Amino acid sequence: MDTGQTLPLPADWRDFFALTKPRVMSLVIFTGLCGLLAAPGSIHPVIAFTAILCIAVGAGGAAALNQWWEADLDAGMKRTAGRPLPAGRMDRTSARDFGFLLAGGSVFTMGLGVGWLAASILAISIFYYAWIYTVWLKPRTPQNIVIGGGAGAFPPLIGWVAVTGDITLMPVLLFAIIFMWTPPHFWALALFVQTDYAKVGIPMMPVVAGERSTRRQIAAYAIALLPLTLAPWWIGGAGAIYSWSALLLGLVFVALSLKVGVRRSVPGDGMLPEKRLFGYSILYLFVLFGMLVADRLATVQGWQ
Amino acid sequence: MNEPQKLVPMDKEQTELYRKRQRSRNKVLGIVLLSFAVLFFAISIVKITAQTGGAG
Repeated sequence: MDTGQTLPLPADWRDFFALTKPRVMSLVIFTGLCGLLAAPGSIHPVIAFTAILCIAVGAGGAAALNQWWEADLDAGMKRTAGRPLPAGRMDRTSARDFGFLLAGGSVFTMGLGVGWLAASILAISIFYYAWIYTVWLKPRTPQNIVIGGGAGAFPPLIGWVAVTGDITLMPVLLFAIIFMWTPPHFWALALFVQTDYAKVGIPMMPVVAGERSTRRQIAAYAIALLPLTLAPWWIGGAGAIYSWSALLLGLVFVALSLKVGVRRSVPGDGMLPEKRLFGYSILYLFVLFGMLVADRLATVQGWQ
Repeated sequence: MNEPQKLVPMDKEQTELYRKRQRSRNKVLGIVLLSFAVLFFAISIVKITAQTGGAG
C-alpha cells in the first residue's frame, strides 16, 4: 500500500517575520536612527523613514539568509532549535528566496529613495553578514565575532550617510565603536551558552581558546572601547552630554568586564557576572547612542 | 532525478487549515504591497517637490 503525504502547509507569515530576527532588528533600527539623527544636516521625514526602513529590511534579509544557511547548525542548538527552519515550519527554498527578496528590495529602494552611496553601504553590510560572517568566517575561525562584528556596525554609518551623502571620520568612529563593542557583548553570551556552540562544532572563542583566554579578551576589548567612545569628543564631533555619558557608561562596562575577565567559573555557579555583562552591554549601546542624539539636539538648540 | 512525491488528498479539516494559512498570507502580502506603493508615491512627491523648489 502507498503511504503518501498531504500537500505541505504553506509557512505562516509569522514564521517569515521570525526569520528576520526582530529582536536583533530593534537594535539595528535604533543605532541606524541614532546615526541619522546625530548627523549634521537635515533630511525630509519621508526620506528618513525610507532609510531606516531599508536598513531594517536589509538586516532582516541578511538574517533570513543566515538562517537559511545555518538551518542544520540551528537544529543542533537548544537556543535556535525552535526557529522556523529547524523546527520544520518552513521549507529552505522559501527562506532563501525571502532573504534575497528583502536584501535586493531594500538596497534597490534605498538607492532610488535615499541615495546610491547609502544603498552601496547597505549592500556591503548585507553581503558582510550573509557571506563573509555566516558562510566564511563563522565556521572557520574563533575570530569570527571580531571581524563579523562589522556587520552590526554598519547601521549608524548608513543612517549618517543617508543625511550627509558622504563618509567622514565621525560615522567611521560610530562604526568602530560597535565593532569593538561586539566581542565582549557576544563572548559574554558565548560563555554561558558554551556547550551549545561546542556541540555543533562552531569555533567560538571559549570553545577554541578556552574560557580563560576569552575572559581576558573580553576585558581587553572593553578597555580599548572606552577611549574609542571618547574619540567623537576629541575630534569635536560631540559635546559634553555625550562625553560624560560615554565616560560613565564605559567605566561601568569596564568594571563588569574586568569582573568577568579575572574570575574563573565553577560548575553550577550560574554564570551571573557573564549574564549581567551581556544584559548591560545591550543597555550600554542603547544609552550611548541615545546620548549621542541628545547631545546633537542640545547643540542644535544652543544648550551647550 | 528526484522521484515525484506521492501526495494523498487532504481531508476537510486539513483543507480548511490550508486555506486559512493561504488567506492570512495573502492579507499580509496585500498590506505590504499597498504600503510599498504608498511609500513610493510619497518618495516621488518629496523628490518632485525638492526639484521644483516647492513651487506650485
